[in-house]
Amino acid sequence: MSGLSPSTLAEALEARAAHPEAVPIAGGTDLMVAVNFGRLRPDSLLDLSGVAELSTWERRDGALRIGAGATFARIASDLGEFPPLVQAARTVGSPQIRNRATIGGNLATASPAGDALPVLAAYGGEVLLASVRGERRLRWDEFLLGPKRTALAEDELIVGVEWPVVDGPGSFAKVGTRNAMVIAIASVSLQLDTQAREVRLALGSVAPTVVRAPEAEAFAAAGLDWEDRERPLPEATASRFGELAAAAASPIDDVRGSAAYRRHAVNVLAQRALAWAAADRRAA
Amino acid sequence: MTITTTVNGVERTVDVPAATSLLTLLRDELGLTGSKNACEQGECGSCSVWLDGELVCACLVAAVQADGHTVRTVEDLGEADRLHTVQDAFLAAGAVQCGFCTPGFVVAVADLLERDPKPSDEAIREALAGNLCRCTGYSKIVTAVHLAAEGAART
Repeated sequence: MSGLSPSTLAEALEARAAHPEAVPIAGGTDLMVAVNFGRLRPDSLLDLSGVAELSTWERRDGALRIGAGATFARIASDLGEFPPLVQAARTVGSPQIRNRATIGGNLATASPAGDALPVLAAYGGEVLLASVRGERRLRWDEFLLGPKRTALAEDELIVGVEWPVVDGPGSFAKVGTRNAMVIAIASVSLQLDTQAREVRLALGSVAPTVVRAPEAEAFAAAGLDWEDRERPLPEATASRFGELAAAAASPIDDVRGSAAYRRHAVNVLAQRALAWAAADRRAA
Repeated sequence: MTITTTVNGVERTVDVPAATSLLTLLRDELGLTGSKNACEQGECGSCSVWLDGELVCACLVAAVQADGHTVRTVEDLGEADRLHTVQDAFLAAGAVQCGFCTPGFVVAVADLLERDPKPSDEAIREALAGNLCRCTGYSKIVTAVHLAAEGAART
């Protein structure tokens, strides 16, 4: 057996348990690069692209659940009510990549630069996993353990992601050398929860995994006027928020950028994200 | 493993190793060398083809994922004596220099014009963000897309 092509999740989980050596593949946009460059020589593949139930999404009981097989092209075109998610999806690769690449693949690859991951972290999302033994869910930071390291068990598949839908503006932005086809040097996703009066800020590409910036979040939540959405954000608040965001990063120097540049980028991106959120609240 | 796929309207059956890419299948097994092999990491778009009508990089699709599916390549668009509107436009605009990236661009532009028959400059640049050309500087390629859009509008 050198190719497994299940058409239902049950078949896929059976195949995963029976053939642990078969490498799961969905969009293939990360996996096939490793294959083409000889870093991975799988004797067999477990092709998940035919499992229709993995590419659906639904809103239920105040939560959004997205199947792991949802492509970034579909997310960008169909999930417009979640702006940070759509903004992140639109920055993934190129049209060719977005037609294939999936949110589940972003999780499986677990690159600190994965574009959907700061969004998942800002939403406080969970990763849904399944195997023939049953299902489990892990918070995003219980699943993402390090660069390219996850809590996925040998017999498990990533089924999807889920997060509670919150009221409030949010955004995703990243810095790279082009406006397209670029791996983030730094990225941020910000989400306001106007009911819980929380500000959530997640940072990508500036630490071994995606991280939240809890001090910056608490500072902004205390500084925002939750009663009067017309009141402008004091400039000092924005600039301190940027500094605290940068302090939450633990970046490295690499081919894409220096640690100092990454900290600076986080500072600027975080301030912009907060200003956009304040402007969106005034416009709402 | 044995893969049966419909390529440019013809059902083809081939036997390839599990981790073979669709691009290798097209070029080395089926002799369809219009799709170019350049970066092998989805950066350059030279291997752009349609898989079930969606624009993809053939180098990033495992051949097994095309089993039972439909592939359309640049070879299906036109012939030497009867070029596709987009190919005509590339010639007319001088949007070709070394030509290596051209098949991928032609496929990506044909895909764009099927979805957006009168694209703006911005829409063109976004649609072609995944296709690299190191010779032309893109400006004549954008001109060619407008020419193709006008040609398509006339016929």
